[in-house]
Amino acid sequence: MSTVIPSSPEPKASLKARILGTPSAGPFLVLLAFGLIFALTNPRFLATHNLSIILQQTVIIGVLAIGQTLVILTAGIDLAVGAICVLGTIIAGKMVNLGYDPVLSMGFAILVCTAAGLSAGGLISALRLPPFIVTLGILGILTAALRLISAGGAFAVRDPFLAWTGNTLKLGGFVLTYGVLIMVALYAIVWYLLNETKWGRHVYAIGNSPEAARLVGIPVRRHLLSVYLAAGLIYGIGAWLALGRIPNADPNAMQTANLDSITAVVIGGTSLFGGRGGLIGTLIGALIVGVLRNGLTLAGIDPLWQDLVTGILVIIAVALDQMSRRRN
Amino acid sequence: MSDVNNSQSMATTSAPIVLEARNVTKTYGHVTALAGVDFELRAGEILAVVGDNGAGKSTLIKALTGALHPTSGEILLDGRPVNFKGPLDARHAGIETVYQDLAMAPALDIASNLFLGRELRAPGILGQVFRRLDKKRMREEARRAMSELKFRLPSIDNPVEALSGGQRQGVAVARAALFARKLVIMDEPTAALGVRETGQVLELIRSIRERGLAVVLISHNMPNVFDIADRIHIMRLGRRAAVVTPKTHSMNDVVAIMTGAATA
Repeated sequence: MSTVIPSSPEPKASLKARILGTPSAGPFLVLLAFGLIFALTNPRFLATHNLSIILQQTVIIGVLAIGQTLVILTAGIDLAVGAICVLGTIIAGKMVNLGYDPVLSMGFAILVCTAAGLSAGGLISALRLPPFIVTLGILGILTAALRLISAGGAFAVRDPFLAWTGNTLKLGGFVLTYGVLIMVALYAIVWYLLNETKWGRHVYAIGNSPEAARLVGIPVRRHLLSVYLAAGLIYGIGAWLALGRIPNADPNAMQTANLDSITAVVIGGTSLFGGRGGLIGTLIGALIVGVLRNGLTLAGIDPLWQDLVTGILVIIAVALDQMSRRRN
Repeated sequence: MSDVNNSQSMATTSAPIVLEARNVTKTYGHVTALAGVDFELRAGEILAVVGDNGAGKSTLIKALTGALHPTSGEILLDGRPVNFKGPLDARHAGIETVYQDLAMAPALDIASNLFLGRELRAPGILGQVFRRLDKKRMREEARRAMSELKFRLPSIDNPVEALSGGQRQGVAVARAALFARKLVIMDEPTAALGVRETGQVLELIRSIRERGLAVVLISHNMPNVFDIADRIHIMRLGRRAAVVTPKTHSMNDVVAIMTGAATA
């Protein structure tokens, strides 16, 4: 009936098997391949100046994708990512322009973003509404509200603290922004939470099987609430990073942030069905998108091709995920 | 065949009662699921619960594990009345349940599943302040639990979804055995398994008994029941029709009692 697996009690996996078994190996190879192609076709691609630009361009989507990863790991999806982030920039910008203390303004803006994440989580966990619908609703509400608040138009935000994340520093000849450092720190912290703590374990468990999670005593609804809260907090920090890149609060900005963040997560190998994948993959996924944009721009290729290639990558990533699930 | 097995069953007749139900009823409107059922489980025994569909087996088990509230009657654990508010209460009291769908996270590895919801934290600051999991210790404990139960697995680091049905069932049973302090309840543990895997799981159930835990086995599979049970609790029409042993009764006798064609 079942085949016997001939094995010693505890076989050591070979290096090759271990690499192939790592979920982020595939995305990493894709990143490497694109990097190689661009490096070979254009000497400017590998210049430290250019690599630094790629990182800076990846910062916002890279950070938003952290929150998106958490949500997708629980088998949810967040369509309000961009709207919540823009909400943060508008609140912080408005307050500073009204003369409030910039630290207080940014802190308050991050708090409001966290509250927005929390209310999404509350609707999803308490009323058991599908995440897709709840976040789509929040997207609509916020988009309209933001245009009302800012009377439709974008406005400049001139404040050294709000723009601080865009300041550069030199690290061994490599020019980085504080925003890049914040992104790396956020990845490290959330990676730790996901992989080394009970909280992260339970995120995976809920994404795998909410029923099993409930049966083993995990407070599923409370845990979901904490995931959306953490995501909202991360989007709020993303708002600060966005102001550092472009000192502008624009209610019409970041309209592609939802799809871009989902793209990074999916290309990074995290399953849309929840419970599989991880943050390293997402970072690589965000970098793939960044490298692709940069490389194609350097080569003088029409930007439409970027979206086309990204689209193909998303479909391939989802197809691979489906296939591996079916095999199991 | 019966005197080959059950080397331990002699001890169980005089062993203390671990879990007991007295005159438990459960009604849903006009429907009576349990019509005053008694139940007793003795220390260190494997008690099979059999009965036709609708005889009240699963309602009885749910009442015992706190998954539902009896309409009336009493449930006692170690002679003391208990009132479980839910399955978690029963777990805290030392009763582990192996569910039919196994309650596992398929993409997580075996060790993670064994400790799911009961993860161990690292000692010292790392665990207390940084909330770090003690993955190494969980892996070691998982390995020890599997080898104590003499259950062989390719590797403890495999995700559960890479295992066969029997191996998965083995992990679920091991989890129950690892954490149960008093008894383990198993709902149709061999229902989806092939012959060889069924044998492995039955072996596991025996190892649990050897560790001094009592086992309640709900099963439709008469040969399995006769192979492994010390006593057989027969449900009929929401009541306990009889308790027999594989030594005194045949499979035909048990089926006859189940269907009401005979009495014990």
